[in-house]
Parts: sequence; C-alpha cells; structure tokens
Amino acid sequence: MATLTMGKPQMMRRPLLGWTIHDGLVVARRNLIQTVRIPEMLFFSLVQPVIFVLLFAYVFGGAIPIPGDAGADAYRNYLMPGIFGQTVAFAAAASTVGLAEDMHKGIIDRFRALPMSPPAVLVGRTLADAVRQILVLFVLSITGFIVGWRISNGLLPAIGAYALLLLFAYTVAWIGSWVGLHMPNPETANTAGLAWLFPLTFLSNAFVPISSMPTWLQAFAAYNPVSTVVLASRELFGNPTGIQPDYWPLQHASLYTLISCAVLIAIFATLAVRKYTRTTSR
Amino acid sequence: MGSAYACLDVRMTRDLAVHAEGLVRTFGDVRALDGIDLTVERGQVVGLLGPNGAGKTTTVRILSTLLAPTEGRATVAGFDVVKQADEVRRSIGLTGQYAAIDEYLTGRENLRMFGGLYHLSPKYVKERSEELLDWFDLSDAADRPAKTYSGGMRRRLDLAASLVAQPSILFLDEPTTGLDPRSRLGLWDVINNLVAQGTTVLLTTQYLEEADQLAQDIVVIDHGRVIAHGTSEQLKDQIGGDRIEITVSDASRIDDAVRAVRSVSAGEPLVEESRVSAPVSGGSTVLVNAIRALDADGIEVSDLVLRRPTLDDVFMSLTGHAAEDETTAAKPAKGRRGRGSK
Ligand SMILES: Nc1ncnc2c1ncn2[C@@H]1O[C@H](COP(=O)(O)OP(=O)(O)O)[C@@H](O)[C@H]1O
Ligand SMILES: [Mg+2]
Repeated sequence: MATLTMGKPQMMRRPLLGWTIHDGLVVARRNLIQTVRIPEMLFFSLVQPVIFVLLFAYVFGGAIPIPGDAGADAYRNYLMPGIFGQTVAFAAAASTVGLAEDMHKGIIDRFRALPMSPPAVLVGRTLADAVRQILVLFVLSITGFIVGWRISNGLLPAIGAYALLLLFAYTVAWIGSWVGLHMPNPETANTAGLAWLFPLTFLSNAFVPISSMPTWLQAFAAYNPVSTVVLASRELFGNPTGIQPDYWPLQHASLYTLISCAVLIAIFATLAVRKYTRTTSR
Repeated sequence: MGSAYACLDVRMTRDLAVHAEGLVRTFGDVRALDGIDLTVERGQVVGLLGPNGAGKTTTVRILSTLLAPTEGRATVAGFDVVKQADEVRRSIGLTGQYAAIDEYLTGRENLRMFGGLYHLSPKYVKERSEELLDWFDLSDAADRPAKTYSGGMRRRLDLAASLVAQPSILFLDEPTTGLDPRSRLGLWDVINNLVAQGTTVLLTTQYLEEADQLAQDIVVIDHGRVIAHGTSEQLKDQIGGDRIEITVSDASRIDDAVRAVRSVSAGEPLVEESRVSAPVSGGSTVLVNAIRALDADGIEVSDLVLRRPTLDDVFMSLTGHAAEDETTAAKPAKGRRGRGSK
C-alpha cells in the first residue's frame, strides 16, 4: 500500500463575518444534493400542491364566492396566492423531518467533532429548505398559469411577492427546525411534528375570505402571518383580495409580514440554536 | 515554586497526545466512567479493550469533545477538551462506532463536504479527496451515493473522512465491529500504515485479537475503570506467563512424567488424565530441558507444547468473565441500562 504523500493541509482565510455563513453554505449544499438524490421527496412536495390547485380550481372553486368579485376566474386568481402561501408554509415540514433524521444519525457527531461553526447545521438546513421553494413556486406558477391565473400588476411587484413568499418559507423553516430538534425520532417528526401546520394554514385567508369567518376566528386569522403573506401576494400580483375586515395587519399586509418574519426568525433561530447546542452537548 | 511546577505540567501534557486524569461520567444514576486515567504518547497506538458497556465509547466521546466529563480533566494534543474544544477538534480525526457519513452524497462529495467544514482550501480538499479515494480503494465508487456502499466501503469512507485534514491524532471507536474477516484484515492494514506514517491512534475494541494485532499498549477497562494496563506481553505475564503442556502416550507412566516436569517447572504441575501442565519461566530452553528429562526416563510423549496465554486468558483472570459481549449482555450488571435515546 502506497503512503499518503500530500504536503501540509492548506487552510482557508477566516471570512470577515466568521465561519457560520461559510459552513452554513457547505451544509446547505449537502441538503440540496440530498433533494436531487431523493427525487420522490421533491416529487411529492410538488405533486401535492399541484393537485390542490386542480382540486380547488375545478371542484370547489365555483362554490366559494369572493366578495366584490364574481366568476370562476376570480376564484382561481384569488386561489393561487393562497396555494403559494400554504405550500411555502409546509417548507417547515422538510426542516422538521430533515433535522430529526440528522439528529438521529451519526453524522451530527461527526459535524460536532469538526472545527465548524455549530449553528451552521441549522443555517444550512433552513437555507436549503427555503431555496428548494424557488423550484416549488416555479412549478406552481406554471400550473396556475395553465388554469387561468394571471399576474396583472407588473413585473417588479410580482418579484416582490415571490421574495416575500421565500422570506416566509425561510421563517417557517426556522420554526420547523426548532420543532424538529424536539422530536424523539424521525417517525414522530413526520406526524406530530407537522400537526401545527394544518390549523396555521387553514385558519387563514388562503382558501376562504376572512370576512366569511365567525368573528372570534377573524382575529386569529387576521394576525396569522400566513394570511398577511397571502394577502400581500394577492395585492402585489394584482389578484382579487376580497374585502378585508378592519385589522391593522390586513391594512398593512406587506409591512406586517416583514415585521413578523423578522421577529419570528429572531425568536426561533435563538431557540433552535440554543436547543441544538444543549441537545448535542449532553 | 508552584508556578514552576505548573509550567512543567503544561509542557509535559503538550508532548502527550492524550492525557486523561480521573475521568468520571454519569448518565442519571449510571456511572459510565468511574475514574479513568489514560496516557497516550505521540506516535503510539493504544488499544482500549473492554466488553460492551465498559465505557469505551464514552471515553472516546469525551476525548473528542462530544461529551463533557462529569469529573476529571483531559488534554488532547495539549489542549483541554472542555476549554479548548476547537483546538482539539482541529488536531483530531474521529471515526465513531457507527458510520458517520452522508448516505445520499457520493464518496467524493462526502470528502469535499468534510474538507470544507475543516476550513481547508478548496484546491487542497480536491487533491486530498482524490488521494484518499485512491488510497482507500474507493476511486471506482467515488461517484456513487454512499448508500450503495458495502459495510467495509462505508468504514473506509468514514475513516477517509476523518483523515482529510491530516490529523495527528486519530480516535477509532470499534473500527472493525460488524465487518467480515476480509474487510477487517484490510482495515488493520490501513491502520498499521497510518501508524507507520506517524499518526497517533487510540482505538477501542472488544476483540482481544485486534488489540494484540494493532496496539503496542493495551488499557483494559471494565465498568468504567481501568483494570489493567501494559503491553500485551506484560499483561500475559501478569497472569502467570507461559505454561508447558505434555501428553504422555502411556497413561500409566503419568507419575514419572510429573516428576520430569517438576524438575523444569516454576510451580506445581497440574495433572489431568494423561496430560501434565505446569507454569514455566525461561521460554523455549525449558522445552529442551523438558524433552531431555523425559527422554532420560524413557517416557514417550504424544504432545508437548509451550502455551502462551492469550488476551482472553488475561481478561478472564482480571474480570472473572470473558470479553465477548454476548456474555456480558446476557448478565447485565446491577444499575446498568441500555443507551437512552438521544
Ligand atoms: N447517553 C447515554 N445515556 C445513558 N446511559 C448511557 C449513555 N451512553 C452510555 N451509557 C451507559 O454507559 C455505559 C458505558 O457505555 P459505552 O461507553 O457506550 O460502553 P462501550 O462503548 O464500552 O460499549 C453503559 O452502561 C451505557 O449503557
Ligand atoms: Mg461503544
């Protein structure tokens, strides 16, 4: 057997802002490669929302009236941003399950025995899960276009809408990561770990106007960031919004979304990093 | 005065690859480590030998900064494993008991990822990965996801991953457990090669044969305590050295044979039907003398051997139980329980 002959290892220069971003990108790359290697995962994360579009557009669509607007086309235009919002909210699921799986495998031990920045495991996870949503949004937009959805407010606002949706995906990825760190095993993560996403997305304006809800629910739905990211998207895409009840977040949907995302990231990134360091330094 | 001693102490631990004093680690009411002292000099291969549940993995996890000790202290490459964890991590490679590679990444992608996380320059990582893939005979499989690898290939990739940054100290936790004999021999070859190139190795094993093959120095642990320490020769001597064993062809002459054996042995002979055995010292010259004494009396022997004790005998005499995990797993000691979920 030959000897290993390479000279001394050459180190990288320390980045200005420390190693967290560099290491986070290395981990994100790893997580994105996984996506390509597990095509069934990507397939299902795309197929489910596409089926939703078809179901709502052709089956339920006619039965849900949009106040201030009429016709099946109106509902389809109203619907698409709702599907976008619901779908990116489920980006959290990938973070929860992915992290629960990682924590269960020996690879976390290897990461921890490396001189890498510990939060990078979470930074990379959330980044990859948000980036994956770019593809998901692209496929959904094409499907929407086929069933009659249109962007009718110009290109720049539309880009703004996509950016808000991705920011929201990144936010829920942090919440999902925090949840994933509490899961005893990947199986639980796949069931109980995702339970909170259903009330969050359905108690919103994603599929039905808030004005059609009972009053006590309206308050919850109005402050639910899923509602505001969906409403902001509707406004920015130039789609029908329905008539909004009098709540501050609904009058300032984009601003409220930005603020709530910033606050939620700050809270859940802190909690998740703390939980991660604690769990892994028994 | 005090500071001069402290200074000396620092210099000494810096020259040692591993230095642990009184390591204690508890998990709830389980005392996994109960005061482990351990020293590994640079360039040395030390084998940590013990049955399942002895505390091998816990020791390695503390030394590789994955776990904090409840009591005691340890330095690795001269750095404190608690206070200077990052410096320790830069000096070590760790191959755990369970393969710690990414199954969905290819062999090459795995090595590149770990190289990046060691903060090595991309150019270096690229060249080093190719060198390691080649060295570990993984070049042909380099572009296949690690999921498709055999057990032996995974271990090799795992070991390759811990060598990306050329660590001077390598921790190997049961490197060959679960491997078929051929892969095991292959891995022994690799480890011996690394050692020949100057790497310090601390390895754990349940296999006495493995410790004997790979390690110069063996530390035997059981129930979280060091119960013996030395070269395999020293350990064998500790339980009484060599024994001569003679089987006579004609069982009626056994008493004459006992007399002949007594004239060369270092202790009282033991008789079992037509077989006589006795402790001896002096190695093979004893054999010659025994043959002469037997021949002088005209005693015919059908078998005559000098039996060196195996590490199995060492373990048996030190702990009162064999070192195989089945035996200890079947009779778990009081207060011990299985590894909790993470
Ligand atoms: N995380 C843990 N929680 C509870 N008990 C543990 C944990 N890790 C190890 N132990 C216990 O500590 C003892 C030593 O374990 P370990 O170091 O894994 O032994 P070995 O590697 O020699 O088989 C065992 O009794 C084991 O059950
Ligand atoms: Mg072990």
